[in-house]
Amino acid sequence: MSDAGLDAPIVPIVRIVDVHKSFGAVEVLRGISLAVNRGEAVCVIGPSGSGKSTLLRCINGLIPVDRGEVFVGAHAVHKLRADQEMIALRKDVSIVFQQYNLFPHKTALENIMMAPIQVLKQSKEEVEARAHELLKKVRLAGKENSYPGELSGGQQQRVAIARALAMRPSVMLFDEVTAALDPETRKEVLVTIRQLVEEGMTSILVTHEMAFAREIAHNVYFTDHGVIVEEGTPAQLFGSPQKERTRAFLEQVL
Amino acid sequence: MDDIAAWFRWLHQTSGIKLTIFYDSYDRSRFLEGFATTLKLSAYCLILSLLLGAFTAWLCGSKIAAVRRAANGFVQLFRNTPPLVQLYFFYFALGPLLPKVGGMPLLGSLGWAVISLTLLEAAFAAEIFRAGIEAVPRAMIEAAESLGYSRAQVFRLVVLPLALRVTMPAMTNNLVNLVKTTTLAYAIAVPELLYMSAQIWSEQVNVPEMMVVLLISYVAIVGIINQVMQWLEARLRVPGFGQ
Ligand SMILES: Nc1ncnc2c1ncn2[C@@H]1O[C@H](COP(=O)(O)OP(=O)(O)O)[C@@H](O)[C@H]1O
Ligand SMILES: [Mg+2]
Repeated sequence: MSDAGLDAPIVPIVRIVDVHKSFGAVEVLRGISLAVNRGEAVCVIGPSGSGKSTLLRCINGLIPVDRGEVFVGAHAVHKLRADQEMIALRKDVSIVFQQYNLFPHKTALENIMMAPIQVLKQSKEEVEARAHELLKKVRLAGKENSYPGELSGGQQQRVAIARALAMRPSVMLFDEVTAALDPETRKEVLVTIRQLVEEGMTSILVTHEMAFAREIAHNVYFTDHGVIVEEGTPAQLFGSPQKERTRAFLEQVL
Repeated sequence: MDDIAAWFRWLHQTSGIKLTIFYDSYDRSRFLEGFATTLKLSAYCLILSLLLGAFTAWLCGSKIAAVRRAANGFVQLFRNTPPLVQLYFFYFALGPLLPKVGGMPLLGSLGWAVISLTLLEAAFAAEIFRAGIEAVPRAMIEAAESLGYSRAQVFRLVVLPLALRVTMPAMTNNLVNLVKTTTLAYAIAVPELLYMSAQIWSEQVNVPEMMVVLLISYVAIVGIINQVMQWLEARLRVPGFGQ
Protein backbone atom coordinates (compact mmCIF):
# COMPACT_ATOMS: atom_id res chain seq x y z
CA MET A 1 0.00 0.00 0.00
CA SER A 2 2.80 2.43 0.90
CA ASP A 3 4.82 2.09 -2.26
CA ALA A 4 4.51 5.69 -3.41
CA GLY A 5 7.79 7.07 -4.74
CA LEU A 6 10.06 8.97 -2.41
CA ASP A 7 9.29 12.21 -4.17
CA ALA A 8 5.54 11.78 -4.02
CA PRO A 9 3.95 14.49 -1.91
CA ILE A 10 2.73 13.16 1.40
CA VAL A 11 -1.02 13.51 1.44
CA PRO A 12 -2.76 12.46 4.61
CA ILE A 13 -5.02 9.48 3.94
CA VAL A 14 -7.09 10.33 7.01
CA ARG A 15 -7.78 13.97 7.73
CA ILE A 16 -10.08 15.14 10.48
CA VAL A 17 -10.84 18.82 10.77
CA ASP A 18 -12.52 20.44 13.76
CA VAL A 19 -14.93 17.61 14.46
CA HIS A 20 -17.71 18.12 16.98
CA LYS A 21 -20.10 15.52 18.30
CA SER A 22 -22.69 15.65 21.07
CA PHE A 23 -24.82 12.96 22.59
CA GLY A 24 -27.84 14.85 23.84
CA ALA A 25 -26.56 17.74 25.89
CA VAL A 26 -23.11 16.23 26.35
CA GLU A 27 -20.50 17.44 23.89
CA VAL A 28 -18.16 14.48 23.56
CA LEU A 29 -15.93 15.75 20.74
CA ARG A 30 -15.22 19.46 20.93
CA GLY A 31 -13.21 20.31 17.85
CA ILE A 32 -10.80 17.50 17.07
CA SER A 33 -8.30 17.78 14.23
CA LEU A 34 -5.91 15.06 13.24
CA ALA A 35 -4.09 13.80 10.16
CA VAL A 36 -2.55 10.45 9.35
CA ASN A 37 -0.27 9.83 6.42
CA ARG A 38 -0.35 6.70 4.37
CA GLY A 39 1.64 3.96 6.00
CA GLU A 40 1.84 5.66 9.36
CA ALA A 41 0.57 4.57 12.74
CA VAL A 42 -0.98 7.09 15.02
CA CYS A 43 -1.83 6.46 18.64
CA VAL A 44 -4.58 8.26 20.51
CA ILE A 45 -4.24 8.20 24.27
CA GLY A 46 -6.26 9.80 27.03
CA PRO A 47 -8.42 9.09 30.04
CA SER A 48 -11.54 7.03 29.57
CA GLY A 49 -14.60 9.01 28.63
CA SER A 50 -12.53 11.52 26.68
CA GLY A 51 -14.19 10.57 23.39
CA LYS A 52 -11.61 8.27 21.83
CA SER A 53 -14.03 5.54 20.79
CA THR A 54 -16.44 8.14 19.49
CA LEU A 55 -13.67 9.62 17.37
CA LEU A 56 -12.84 6.25 15.78
CA ARG A 57 -16.52 5.61 15.08
CA CYS A 58 -16.76 8.94 13.32
CA ILE A 59 -13.94 7.90 11.00
CA ASN A 60 -15.74 4.84 9.62
CA GLY A 61 -19.15 6.47 9.70
CA LEU A 62 -20.67 4.42 12.54
CA ILE A 63 -21.44 7.75 14.18
CA PRO A 64 -22.31 10.85 12.11
CA VAL A 65 -20.44 14.01 13.11
CA ASP A 66 -22.35 17.16 14.06
CA ARG A 67 -19.81 19.58 12.69
CA GLY A 68 -16.41 19.45 11.02
CA GLU A 69 -14.93 17.33 8.29
CA VAL A 70 -13.68 13.77 8.08
CA PHE A 71 -11.81 12.64 4.99
CA VAL A 72 -10.61 9.09 4.41
CA GLY A 73 -8.89 8.77 1.04
CA ALA A 74 -11.45 9.93 -1.47
CA HIS A 75 -14.38 9.67 0.96
CA ALA A 76 -15.80 12.79 2.57
CA VAL A 77 -17.25 10.87 5.49
CA HIS A 78 -19.13 13.84 6.98
CA LYS A 79 -21.11 14.16 3.74
CA LEU A 80 -22.04 10.53 3.22
CA ARG A 81 -25.76 9.92 3.29
CA ALA A 82 -26.56 7.05 0.94
CA ASP A 83 -26.09 3.52 2.26
CA GLN A 84 -24.04 2.64 -0.82
CA GLU A 85 -21.51 5.41 -0.15
CA MET A 86 -21.22 4.30 3.45
CA ILE A 87 -20.56 0.73 2.36
CA ALA A 88 -17.86 1.96 -0.04
CA LEU A 89 -16.18 3.78 2.86
CA ARG A 90 -16.27 0.70 5.06
CA LYS A 91 -14.58 -1.37 2.40
CA ASP A 92 -11.62 0.99 2.86
CA VAL A 93 -11.60 1.27 6.65
CA SER A 94 -11.67 -1.67 9.03
CA ILE A 95 -12.12 -1.45 12.77
CA VAL A 96 -11.18 -3.82 15.56
CA PHE A 97 -13.12 -3.45 18.79
CA GLN A 98 -12.22 -3.86 22.43
CA GLN A 99 -14.70 -6.71 22.84
CA TYR A 100 -13.69 -8.46 19.56
CA ASN A 101 -17.34 -8.70 18.44
CA LEU A 102 -16.87 -11.86 16.42
CA PHE A 103 -20.05 -13.46 15.14
CA PRO A 104 -20.63 -16.24 17.69
CA HIS A 105 -22.53 -18.49 15.28
CA LYS A 106 -19.70 -18.62 12.76
CA THR A 107 -16.35 -20.40 13.02
CA ALA A 108 -13.09 -18.45 12.97
CA LEU A 109 -12.69 -19.16 9.26
CA GLU A 110 -16.29 -18.21 8.45
CA ASN A 111 -15.95 -14.98 10.44
CA ILE A 112 -13.05 -14.02 8.20
CA MET A 113 -14.67 -15.18 4.97
CA MET A 114 -18.13 -13.70 5.31
CA ALA A 115 -17.54 -10.07 4.43
CA PRO A 116 -15.21 -10.64 1.45
CA ILE A 117 -17.79 -13.01 -0.01
CA GLN A 118 -20.92 -11.06 0.86
CA VAL A 119 -19.65 -7.50 0.56
CA LEU A 120 -16.71 -7.64 -1.83
CA LYS A 121 -18.33 -10.43 -3.87
CA GLN A 122 -15.05 -12.28 -4.19
CA SER A 123 -15.02 -15.95 -5.12
CA LYS A 124 -15.24 -18.45 -2.30
CA GLU A 125 -12.04 -20.28 -3.27
CA GLU A 126 -10.01 -17.11 -3.37
CA VAL A 127 -11.43 -15.89 -0.06
CA GLU A 128 -10.92 -19.22 1.65
CA ALA A 129 -7.28 -19.42 0.57
CA ARG A 130 -6.71 -15.91 1.90
CA ALA A 131 -8.55 -16.62 5.14
CA HIS A 132 -6.20 -19.53 5.80
CA GLU A 133 -3.25 -17.25 5.07
CA LEU A 134 -4.57 -14.60 7.44
CA LEU A 135 -5.11 -17.10 10.22
CA LYS A 136 -1.53 -18.19 9.75
CA LYS A 137 -0.44 -14.56 9.84
CA VAL A 138 -2.12 -14.01 13.22
CA ARG A 139 -0.65 -17.36 14.31
CA LEU A 140 -3.94 -19.20 14.63
CA ALA A 141 -3.48 -21.90 12.00
CA GLY A 142 -5.42 -24.93 13.18
CA LYS A 143 -8.22 -22.88 14.76
CA GLU A 144 -10.17 -22.55 11.49
CA ASN A 145 -13.16 -24.50 12.72
CA SER A 146 -13.30 -23.22 16.28
CA TYR A 147 -16.23 -21.06 17.30
CA PRO A 148 -15.43 -17.77 19.04
CA GLY A 149 -16.81 -19.25 22.26
CA GLU A 150 -14.08 -21.89 22.12
CA LEU A 151 -11.24 -19.38 21.78
CA SER A 152 -9.46 -17.30 24.42
CA GLY A 153 -9.87 -13.53 24.39
CA GLY A 154 -6.49 -13.04 22.75
CA GLN A 155 -7.28 -15.62 20.10
CA GLN A 156 -10.66 -14.04 19.41
CA GLN A 157 -9.04 -10.65 19.06
CA ARG A 158 -6.55 -12.00 16.55
CA VAL A 159 -9.38 -13.56 14.55
CA ALA A 160 -11.05 -10.15 14.65
CA ILE A 161 -7.87 -8.58 13.27
CA ALA A 162 -7.73 -11.21 10.53
CA ARG A 163 -11.39 -10.54 9.76
CA ALA A 164 -10.66 -6.85 9.40
CA LEU A 165 -7.61 -7.49 7.23
CA ALA A 166 -9.57 -9.78 4.92
CA MET A 167 -11.27 -6.67 3.56
CA ARG A 168 -7.84 -5.39 2.41
CA PRO A 169 -8.53 -2.01 4.00
CA SER A 170 -6.42 1.11 3.40
CA VAL A 171 -6.81 2.10 7.04
CA MET A 172 -7.16 0.08 10.22
CA LEU A 173 -8.74 1.42 13.38
CA PHE A 174 -8.00 -0.27 16.70
CA ASP A 175 -10.14 0.63 19.69
CA GLU A 176 -8.37 -0.45 22.88
CA VAL A 177 -8.04 -3.92 21.44
CA THR A 178 -6.01 -5.23 24.37
CA ALA A 179 -7.98 -3.63 27.19
CA ALA A 180 -10.13 -6.71 27.81
CA LEU A 181 -7.20 -9.14 27.76
CA ASP A 182 -4.94 -10.53 30.43
CA PRO A 183 -1.25 -9.60 30.22
CA GLU A 184 -0.05 -12.76 28.45
CA THR A 185 -2.63 -12.78 25.68
CA ARG A 186 -2.23 -9.04 25.36
CA LYS A 187 1.28 -9.59 24.09
CA GLU A 188 0.15 -11.96 21.30
CA VAL A 189 -2.17 -9.29 20.01
CA LEU A 190 0.38 -6.50 20.26
CA VAL A 191 2.90 -8.58 18.33
CA THR A 192 0.36 -9.01 15.55
CA ILE A 193 -0.38 -5.31 15.41
CA ARG A 194 3.28 -4.34 15.47
CA GLN A 195 3.86 -6.59 12.50
CA LEU A 196 1.05 -4.88 10.59
CA VAL A 197 2.40 -1.44 11.34
CA GLU A 198 5.87 -2.50 10.25
CA GLU A 199 4.39 -3.71 6.98
CA GLY A 200 3.08 -0.21 6.44
CA MET A 201 -0.58 -0.61 7.30
CA THR A 202 -2.02 2.84 8.02
CA SER A 203 -3.38 2.53 11.54
CA ILE A 204 -5.09 4.63 14.15
CA LEU A 205 -4.81 3.03 17.54
CA VAL A 206 -6.64 4.06 20.64
CA THR A 207 -4.63 2.47 23.39
CA HIS A 208 -3.66 2.42 27.03
CA GLU A 209 -0.44 0.57 26.22
CA MET A 210 1.96 3.48 26.60
CA ALA A 211 5.12 1.45 26.02
CA PHE A 212 3.61 0.04 22.86
CA ALA A 213 2.50 3.44 21.61
CA ARG A 214 5.94 4.84 22.25
CA GLU A 215 7.50 2.03 20.29
CA ILE A 216 5.35 1.90 17.16
CA ALA A 217 3.64 5.27 16.72
CA HIS A 218 4.76 7.92 14.27
CA ASN A 219 2.59 10.37 16.13
CA VAL A 220 0.78 10.36 19.43
CA TYR A 221 -2.26 12.44 20.30
CA PHE A 222 -3.30 13.03 23.88
CA THR A 223 -7.02 13.72 24.20
CA ASP A 224 -9.00 14.86 27.19
CA HIS A 225 -12.62 15.98 27.40
CA GLY A 226 -13.13 15.91 23.66
CA VAL A 227 -10.13 17.99 22.61
CA ILE A 228 -6.60 17.20 21.60
CA VAL A 229 -4.50 18.60 24.38
CA GLU A 230 -1.17 17.81 22.86
CA GLU A 231 0.34 15.94 19.93
CA GLY A 232 3.82 15.01 18.86
CA THR A 233 6.22 12.24 18.14
CA PRO A 234 6.43 9.62 20.85
CA ALA A 235 9.79 11.07 21.93
CA GLN A 236 8.27 14.53 22.33
CA LEU A 237 5.02 13.53 23.94
CA PHE A 238 6.35 10.91 26.31
CA GLY A 239 9.82 12.44 26.73
CA SER A 240 9.01 16.08 27.29
CA PRO A 241 5.30 16.76 27.45
CA GLN A 242 4.56 20.48 27.18
CA LYS A 243 1.14 20.61 28.83
CA GLU A 244 0.39 20.14 32.49
CA ARG A 245 -2.60 17.87 31.73
CA THR A 246 -0.46 15.60 29.61
CA ARG A 247 2.14 15.37 32.35
CA ALA A 248 -0.48 14.58 34.95
CA PHE A 249 -2.02 11.86 32.79
CA LEU A 250 1.30 10.26 31.95
CA GLU A 251 2.38 10.31 35.58
CA GLN A 252 -0.78 8.48 36.46
CA VAL A 253 -0.48 5.73 33.83
CA LEU A 254 3.25 5.17 33.56
CA MET B 1 -53.52 -54.29 9.16
CA ASP B 2 -56.24 -56.90 8.93
CA ASP B 3 -55.34 -58.20 12.36
CA ILE B 4 -55.68 -54.73 13.83
CA ALA B 5 -59.04 -54.22 12.14
CA ALA B 6 -60.22 -57.59 13.40
CA TRP B 7 -59.08 -56.79 16.92
CA PHE B 8 -60.94 -53.46 17.02
CA ARG B 9 -64.05 -55.11 15.58
CA TRP B 10 -63.80 -57.72 18.33
CA LEU B 11 -63.26 -54.91 20.90
CA HIS B 12 -66.48 -53.27 19.75
CA GLN B 13 -68.45 -56.51 19.95
CA THR B 14 -67.19 -57.48 23.37
CA SER B 15 -66.92 -54.10 25.14
CA GLY B 16 -68.96 -51.64 23.09
CA ILE B 17 -65.91 -49.42 22.50
CA LYS B 18 -66.52 -48.28 18.95
CA LEU B 19 -63.39 -47.23 17.05
CA THR B 20 -64.66 -47.49 13.50
CA ILE B 21 -61.65 -45.66 12.10
CA PHE B 22 -59.66 -48.87 12.57
CA TYR B 23 -61.97 -51.23 10.69
CA ASP B 24 -64.37 -49.17 8.59
CA SER B 25 -62.48 -48.16 5.46
CA TYR B 26 -64.68 -45.13 4.81
CA ASP B 27 -64.22 -43.79 8.35
CA ARG B 28 -60.54 -44.54 8.21
CA SER B 29 -60.03 -42.60 4.99
CA ARG B 30 -62.05 -39.68 6.38
CA PHE B 31 -59.98 -39.67 9.53
CA LEU B 32 -56.70 -39.86 7.64
CA GLU B 33 -57.83 -37.08 5.33
CA GLY B 34 -58.54 -34.94 8.39
CA PHE B 35 -55.18 -35.79 9.84
CA ALA B 36 -53.42 -34.91 6.59
CA THR B 37 -55.34 -31.64 6.29
CA THR B 38 -54.36 -30.63 9.82
CA LEU B 39 -50.72 -31.37 9.03
CA LYS B 40 -50.94 -29.49 5.75
CA LEU B 41 -52.65 -26.50 7.34
CA SER B 42 -50.09 -26.46 10.17
CA ALA B 43 -47.15 -26.76 7.80
CA TYR B 44 -48.33 -23.97 5.49
CA CYS B 45 -49.09 -21.64 8.38
CA LEU B 46 -45.84 -22.52 10.11
CA ILE B 47 -43.63 -21.67 7.16
CA LEU B 48 -45.57 -18.62 6.04
CA SER B 49 -45.96 -17.22 9.55
CA LEU B 50 -42.24 -17.57 10.27
CA LEU B 51 -41.36 -15.70 7.08
CA LEU B 52 -44.02 -13.04 7.58
CA GLY B 53 -43.20 -12.78 11.29
CA ALA B 54 -39.49 -12.21 10.58
CA PHE B 55 -40.36 -9.66 7.91
CA THR B 56 -42.75 -7.87 10.27
CA ALA B 57 -40.14 -7.83 13.03
CA TRP B 58 -37.75 -6.29 10.53
CA LEU B 59 -40.32 -3.65 9.62
CA CYS B 60 -40.85 -2.92 13.32
CA GLY B 61 -37.24 -1.74 13.37
CA SER B 62 -37.59 0.42 10.26
CA LYS B 63 -36.20 3.92 10.14
CA ILE B 64 -39.48 5.18 8.70
CA ALA B 65 -42.01 5.90 11.43
CA ALA B 66 -45.03 5.13 9.24
CA VAL B 67 -43.67 1.68 8.40
CA ARG B 68 -42.96 1.00 12.07
CA ARG B 69 -46.45 2.07 13.04
CA ALA B 70 -48.08 -0.05 10.35
CA ALA B 71 -46.10 -3.12 11.40
CA ASN B 72 -46.96 -2.53 15.05
CA GLY B 73 -50.59 -1.97 14.18
CA PHE B 74 -50.73 -5.28 12.37
CA VAL B 75 -49.21 -7.09 15.36
CA GLN B 76 -51.55 -5.42 17.86
CA LEU B 77 -54.65 -6.01 15.73
CA PHE B 78 -54.07 -9.73 15.38
CA ARG B 79 -52.90 -10.28 18.93
CA ASN B 80 -55.80 -8.42 20.48
CA THR B 81 -58.80 -9.76 18.59
CA PRO B 82 -60.32 -13.23 18.97
CA PRO B 83 -58.87 -15.70 16.43
CA LEU B 84 -62.31 -17.06 15.62
CA VAL B 85 -63.57 -13.59 14.78
CA GLN B 86 -60.56 -13.09 12.53
CA LEU B 87 -61.27 -16.33 10.74
CA TYR B 88 -64.95 -15.45 10.28
CA PHE B 89 -63.97 -12.02 9.06
CA PHE B 90 -61.76 -13.44 6.34
CA TYR B 91 -64.13 -16.19 5.30
CA PHE B 92 -67.48 -14.44 5.54
CA ALA B 93 -66.55 -10.76 5.03
CA LEU B 94 -63.65 -10.91 2.60
CA GLY B 95 -64.43 -14.26 0.97
CA PRO B 96 -67.52 -13.14 -0.96
CA LEU B 97 -65.63 -10.11 -2.30
CA LEU B 98 -63.21 -12.28 -4.25
CA PRO B 99 -64.02 -12.85 -7.92
CA LYS B 100 -65.20 -16.32 -8.86
CA VAL B 101 -63.36 -18.43 -11.40
CA GLY B 102 -65.70 -20.65 -13.41
CA GLY B 103 -68.36 -20.44 -10.74
CA MET B 104 -65.90 -21.58 -8.06
CA PRO B 105 -64.60 -19.23 -5.38
CA LEU B 106 -60.97 -18.29 -5.93
CA LEU B 107 -60.08 -19.35 -2.41
CA GLY B 108 -61.68 -22.24 -0.56
CA SER B 109 -62.12 -22.51 3.19
CA LEU B 110 -58.67 -24.10 3.52
CA GLY B 111 -57.09 -21.17 1.71
CA TRP B 112 -58.81 -18.69 4.01
CA ALA B 113 -57.82 -20.67 7.06
CA VAL B 114 -54.19 -20.60 5.91
CA ILE B 115 -54.33 -16.83 5.44
CA SER B 116 -56.11 -16.11 8.69
CA LEU B 117 -54.01 -18.38 10.88
CA THR B 118 -50.80 -17.28 9.17
CA LEU B 119 -51.51 -13.66 9.97
CA LEU B 120 -52.39 -14.50 13.55
CA GLU B 121 -49.28 -16.60 14.10
CA ALA B 122 -47.10 -14.11 12.23
CA ALA B 123 -48.18 -11.44 14.72
CA PHE B 124 -47.07 -13.66 17.60
CA ALA B 125 -43.90 -14.71 15.79
CA ALA B 126 -43.08 -11.06 15.10
CA GLU B 127 -43.26 -10.28 18.82
CA ILE B 128 -41.02 -13.22 19.62
CA PHE B 129 -38.54 -12.29 16.88
CA ARG B 130 -38.57 -8.71 18.05
CA ALA B 131 -37.59 -9.77 21.55
CA GLY B 132 -34.89 -11.97 20.02
CA ILE B 133 -33.63 -9.14 17.85
CA GLU B 134 -33.44 -6.85 20.86
CA ALA B 135 -31.34 -9.49 22.59
CA VAL B 136 -28.69 -9.30 19.84
CA PRO B 137 -25.91 -7.09 21.21
CA ARG B 138 -25.68 -3.70 19.56
CA ALA B 139 -21.92 -4.29 19.24
CA MET B 140 -22.55 -7.25 16.94
CA ILE B 141 -24.54 -5.07 14.58
CA GLU B 142 -21.84 -2.41 14.66
CA ALA B 143 -19.25 -5.04 13.79
CA ALA B 144 -21.29 -6.15 10.79
CA GLU B 145 -21.96 -2.59 9.68
CA SER B 146 -18.31 -1.68 9.90
CA LEU B 147 -17.49 -4.63 7.62
CA GLY B 148 -19.64 -3.00 4.96
CA TYR B 149 -22.74 -5.16 5.25
CA SER B 150 -25.89 -3.60 3.89
CA ARG B 151 -28.85 -3.17 6.22
CA ALA B 152 -30.50 -6.28 4.77
CA GLN B 153 -27.28 -8.30 5.08
CA VAL B 154 -26.83 -7.29 8.70
CA PHE B 155 -30.33 -8.57 9.37
CA ARG B 156 -30.11 -11.76 7.33
CA LEU B 157 -26.57 -12.83 8.21
CA VAL B 158 -26.14 -11.66 11.79
CA VAL B 159 -29.26 -10.47 13.56
CA LEU B 160 -31.68 -13.15 12.39
CA PRO B 161 -29.42 -16.18 12.99
CA LEU B 162 -28.62 -14.94 16.50
CA ALA B 163 -32.20 -13.91 17.28
CA LEU B 164 -33.40 -17.31 16.06
CA ARG B 165 -31.24 -19.06 18.62
CA VAL B 166 -32.47 -16.87 21.44
CA THR B 167 -36.09 -17.35 20.44
CA MET B 168 -36.12 -21.13 20.03
CA PRO B 169 -37.98 -21.95 23.26
CA ALA B 170 -40.63 -19.27 22.74
CA MET B 171 -40.96 -20.26 19.10
CA THR B 172 -41.60 -23.88 20.07
CA ASN B 173 -44.48 -22.73 22.24
CA ASN B 174 -45.78 -20.67 19.38
CA LEU B 175 -45.74 -23.60 16.96
CA VAL B 176 -47.56 -25.78 19.44
CA ASN B 177 -50.15 -23.04 19.74
CA LEU B 178 -50.44 -22.91 15.99
CA VAL B 179 -51.27 -26.61 15.78
CA LYS B 180 -53.88 -26.23 18.51
CA THR B 181 -55.37 -23.19 16.80
CA THR B 182 -55.85 -25.07 13.50
CA THR B 183 -58.90 -26.66 15.13
CA LEU B 184 -60.63 -23.29 14.73
CA ALA B 185 -60.78 -24.01 11.00
CA TYR B 186 -63.57 -26.41 12.00
CA ALA B 187 -65.80 -23.35 12.18
CA ILE B 188 -65.53 -22.69 8.45
CA ALA B 189 -65.78 -26.37 7.50
CA VAL B 190 -62.15 -26.99 6.63
CA PRO B 191 -61.93 -30.79 6.52
CA GLU B 192 -59.26 -30.95 9.23
CA LEU B 193 -58.90 -33.46 12.01
CA LEU B 194 -61.58 -32.10 14.34
CA TYR B 195 -64.09 -31.54 11.55
CA MET B 196 -63.67 -35.01 10.11
CA SER B 197 -63.80 -36.57 13.54
CA ALA B 198 -67.05 -34.73 14.23
CA GLN B 199 -68.53 -36.17 11.05
CA ILE B 200 -67.52 -39.62 12.14
CA TRP B 201 -68.90 -39.34 15.67
CA SER B 202 -72.18 -37.84 14.56
CA GLU B 203 -72.79 -40.82 12.26
CA GLN B 204 -71.34 -43.54 14.46
CA VAL B 205 -72.42 -42.03 17.76
CA ASN B 206 -69.01 -42.76 19.31
CA VAL B 207 -68.27 -39.36 20.80
CA PRO B 208 -66.15 -40.43 23.80
CA GLU B 209 -64.05 -42.77 21.70
CA MET B 210 -63.37 -40.12 19.05
CA MET B 211 -62.53 -37.57 21.73
CA VAL B 212 -59.84 -39.86 23.08
CA VAL B 213 -58.55 -40.47 19.56
CA LEU B 214 -58.46 -36.70 18.93
CA LEU B 215 -56.57 -35.95 22.10
CA ILE B 216 -54.03 -38.67 21.40
CA SER B 217 -53.63 -37.39 17.83
CA TYR B 218 -52.83 -33.88 18.96
CA VAL B 219 -50.50 -35.12 21.68
CA ALA B 220 -48.66 -37.02 18.95
CA ILE B 221 -48.39 -34.03 16.61
CA VAL B 222 -47.28 -31.69 19.38
CA GLY B 223 -44.86 -34.32 20.65
CA ILE B 224 -43.24 -34.54 17.24
CA ILE B 225 -42.94 -30.76 17.04
CA ASN B 226 -41.29 -30.66 20.44
CA GLN B 227 -38.85 -33.37 19.40
CA VAL B 228 -37.98 -31.65 16.14
CA MET B 229 -37.52 -28.29 17.84
CA GLN B 230 -35.32 -29.82 20.52
CA TRP B 231 -33.21 -31.42 17.84
CA LEU B 232 -33.01 -28.14 15.96
CA GLU B 233 -32.09 -26.25 19.10
CA ALA B 234 -29.26 -28.69 19.75
CA ARG B 235 -28.11 -28.43 16.13
CA LEU B 236 -28.07 -24.63 16.21
CA ARG B 237 -26.41 -24.37 19.60
CA VAL B 238 -23.01 -22.70 19.35
CA PRO B 239 -20.41 -22.68 22.10
CA GLY B 240 -20.54 -19.62 24.27
CA PHE B 241 -23.75 -18.12 22.97
CA GLY B 242 -27.14 -18.07 24.68
CA GLN B 243 -28.54 -20.59 27.18
N1 LIG C 1 -24.05 6.29 21.88
C1 LIG C 1 -23.86 7.10 22.92
N2 LIG C 1 -24.90 7.77 23.50
C2 LIG C 1 -24.71 8.59 24.54
N3 LIG C 1 -23.52 8.84 25.10
C3 LIG C 1 -22.44 8.23 24.59
C4 LIG C 1 -22.55 7.33 23.48
N4 LIG C 1 -21.31 6.88 23.19
C5 LIG C 1 -20.48 7.45 24.06
N5 LIG C 1 -21.14 8.28 24.91
C6 LIG C 1 -20.54 9.09 25.97
O1 LIG C 1 -19.53 9.84 25.39
C7 LIG C 1 -18.42 9.95 26.26
C8 LIG C 1 -17.17 9.50 25.52
O2 LIG C 1 -17.26 8.13 25.27
P1 LIG C 1 -16.15 7.32 24.48
O3 LIG C 1 -15.99 7.90 23.13
O4 LIG C 1 -16.53 5.89 24.55
O5 LIG C 1 -14.86 7.60 25.35
P2 LIG C 1 -13.53 6.78 25.47
O6 LIG C 1 -13.49 5.78 24.36
O7 LIG C 1 -12.46 7.81 25.37
O8 LIG C 1 -13.54 6.13 26.80
C9 LIG C 1 -18.74 9.11 27.47
O9 LIG C 1 -19.15 9.97 28.48
C10 LIG C 1 -19.86 8.24 27.02
O10 LIG C 1 -20.73 7.98 28.09
MG1 LIG D 1 -13.44 3.71 24.41
